[in-house]
Amino acid sequence: MIDLFGPPEIWLPLAFATLMGVSILVYVCLDGYDLGVGALFPFAEDDEKDRMIASIGPFWDANETWLVLAIGILLVAFPTAHGMILTALYLPVAIMLVGLILRGVAFDFRAKAQAKYKPFWNRAFCAGSLMASLSQGFMLGLYIMGLKVTAFTLGFAALTAVALTVAYSFIGATWLIFKTDGALQAKAIAQARRGLWGVVLGLGAVSVASPLVSPRILEKWISVPEVFLLAPLPLLSGALILTLWLLLRRMPLEKDGLSWLPFALTVTLFTLGYLGMAYSFYPYVVPDQLTIYDAASAPESLLIILVGTVFVLPMIAGYTVLSYVIFRGKATELRYD
Amino acid sequence: MDTLLFSRIQFGANISFHILFPTITIALGWMLFYFKMRYARSGAEKWMKAYHFWVKIFALSFAMGVVSGITMSFQFGTNWPGFMETVGNIAGPLLAYEVLTAFFLEAVFLGIMLFGFSKVPGWLHTLATFLVAFGTTMSAFWIIVLSSWMHTPAGYEMREGVAHATDWLAIIFNPSMPYRLTHMLLASGLTVAFLMAGLSAYRWLRGNRSGEVRLSLVTGLSLGALLIPVQILIGDMHGLNTLEHQPAKVAAMEGNWETQGNVPLLLFALPDEEARENRFEIGIPNGASLILKHKADGVVPGLNEFVTEDGEVLHPPVAPVFFSFRVMVGTGMAMLALSWAAVGLMAWRRRGADALPKPMLWAMVPMAFSGWVATLAGWYTTEIGRQPWLVTGLMTTEQAVADVPAPMVASTLALYLVVYAVLLVAYVGVLFYLAGKSGETAAATDPRRASTKALPAE
Repeated sequence: MIDLFGPPEIWLPLAFATLMGVSILVYVCLDGYDLGVGALFPFAEDDEKDRMIASIGPFWDANETWLVLAIGILLVAFPTAHGMILTALYLPVAIMLVGLILRGVAFDFRAKAQAKYKPFWNRAFCAGSLMASLSQGFMLGLYIMGLKVTAFTLGFAALTAVALTVAYSFIGATWLIFKTDGALQAKAIAQARRGLWGVVLGLGAVSVASPLVSPRILEKWISVPEVFLLAPLPLLSGALILTLWLLLRRMPLEKDGLSWLPFALTVTLFTLGYLGMAYSFYPYVVPDQLTIYDAASAPESLLIILVGTVFVLPMIAGYTVLSYVIFRGKATELRYD
Repeated sequence: MDTLLFSRIQFGANISFHILFPTITIALGWMLFYFKMRYARSGAEKWMKAYHFWVKIFALSFAMGVVSGITMSFQFGTNWPGFMETVGNIAGPLLAYEVLTAFFLEAVFLGIMLFGFSKVPGWLHTLATFLVAFGTTMSAFWIIVLSSWMHTPAGYEMREGVAHATDWLAIIFNPSMPYRLTHMLLASGLTVAFLMAGLSAYRWLRGNRSGEVRLSLVTGLSLGALLIPVQILIGDMHGLNTLEHQPAKVAAMEGNWETQGNVPLLLFALPDEEARENRFEIGIPNGASLILKHKADGVVPGLNEFVTEDGEVLHPPVAPVFFSFRVMVGTGMAMLALSWAAVGLMAWRRRGADALPKPMLWAMVPMAFSGWVATLAGWYTTEIGRQPWLVTGLMTTEQAVADVPAPMVASTLALYLVVYAVLLVAYVGVLFYLAGKSGETAAATDPRRASTKALPAE
């Protein structure tokens, strides 16, 4: 079986890089909306806060698990890269973790602790979401810059930190458009309209900076015939942004029509941007330093994980869908009974 | 203070904080499944009321466990890159299977279990409860397989300094795994038993004598009384297994310096590693020889055996292991005394929870967290007892540590400690708040005051 798809030291690392890439993308889209809702928290009234929480309550835990899967694949499939990347990103990782801790527990504490502590846990929820978003964006920036630390790369990372946070708030707003109605939905539409420009700025910054930093990436994008094959990527992204802009200007539509569409379009937009990045960095897992082939674990160990993954991933997808079906429609109050 | 020590304290702090919550959720998940099944069978409201009270504590504990667990999956890379570089081929698949078979299962069905009661059919809610409990147990299984493998590695070979798997069954069923897994699952059962008894005693003392509190109190005490003797037996077997595979750890647990017969069972001592002897020993003659070798003159390995000729110490630091072990055993004895006394009284007076005198109920309240104390002490015994090895005989802890500046590790350590301290206080506070809140409605739930007023919904 191990030779089924050609030499295992080629196809196995590729398969795992793909799996990891998909996990990160799913995480960015799914926990992205959770974290975005957290970032929008301060702009909401108290009763709106409860509904915002209700819109993500049944999902956030599973959403966050995609991060565990992604980091787990990095850990098990590319252990050397895991060490290099995480020691280089030591502080932002620590800040992200504290952020995720605060965000995750605040969900429960704000509903269960004494009423007088609720504002505290609301703030912890927002602060945790912001810490996680900003540090993830910061790490993205440093990663694009090849994990080198100079005044310039730190400045760029600060920019991507803000950009990713804005992008998360944007997808969070589109999630709220989908899952809520009335005044809260109207508020989310207004927020999405403003946030769209931040997304454009962020995508632009990453697209311009990556090739400028790495001649290799520039070469990959402008050589012929690649430049023509890749052209649909930016063109499609532009079309999506335009559609989002036009759509958000007209929302809310009658009978809540198309309220799911901004979220779906945003997921597509994120996917396109992500594909572009993946293309830029392939075959490197640590930019310009370590390829997925050099970093991969022993083929026998990878194979045993892959077998399990192939069986389990469809099941995970299945019960994730089940959960979204059960909690479909507009978010209602979360009740244990 | 150096990077190695800070990193160890940091990982120790994280894993100590983390383990508190899975220890609760593993067994509490099954307890909730039990409550749900009893409700499904009998239709008696009290089972569902108990479910709804304890599911809140489950939700909170679960969230605490998830977020502190994520921290650790990152710390392998940030602080211990050498670990995965050397044994990644073995640790990797085990961790991957934990994520794949456990984490997603728990996370997805948790949503349905918590918020789906009124949205899905009863059987699906019961199934979701079962799958969450099953997921937490699977998670415990995989991580204990890995932990056990680090204590008693098997089924691998070293090629160019990197471990490669040769026999997965031998890796999974490594020599200490069955004992460690059973010991931990029982520890989880006991933690929940005493938490349930303790919080229910608190609610009882606050005047809440509802059927739900009554059944939680009796269930907790009975489970504790049932599991504690089993745990003592399994613990003893685990100890004998450790003697076979990690004799230096047992020597430190016993505070025994010389390999000899007629070794006493020390109740107290101050082990002095400089002088390589104990001070202020109080012991039972031949006790350790009897327990470990079942003979009064049985020869028990001593710590001095694990010092090489050029003075390199290959045994763990003695005092922490020695005292942790005694804290664990002492807590276990307290559990035994309390749960047997309570169950004995209830059986003798035939009045259920009404048979329990007030002082005994008050004693149960601090014992609510006895499971935490015993679990932590047990883990310190076994994990500090593994030092200086990270994977016994294969790599030392020092070889795995990251080249990160000590101040950076120290500052993040301080950050984690502050966050953990705040969360721990909040967690315990909320537990008692939830318990006390239902006490305020005692008038409504006390059958003797026969009121029909319903409990307010959450």
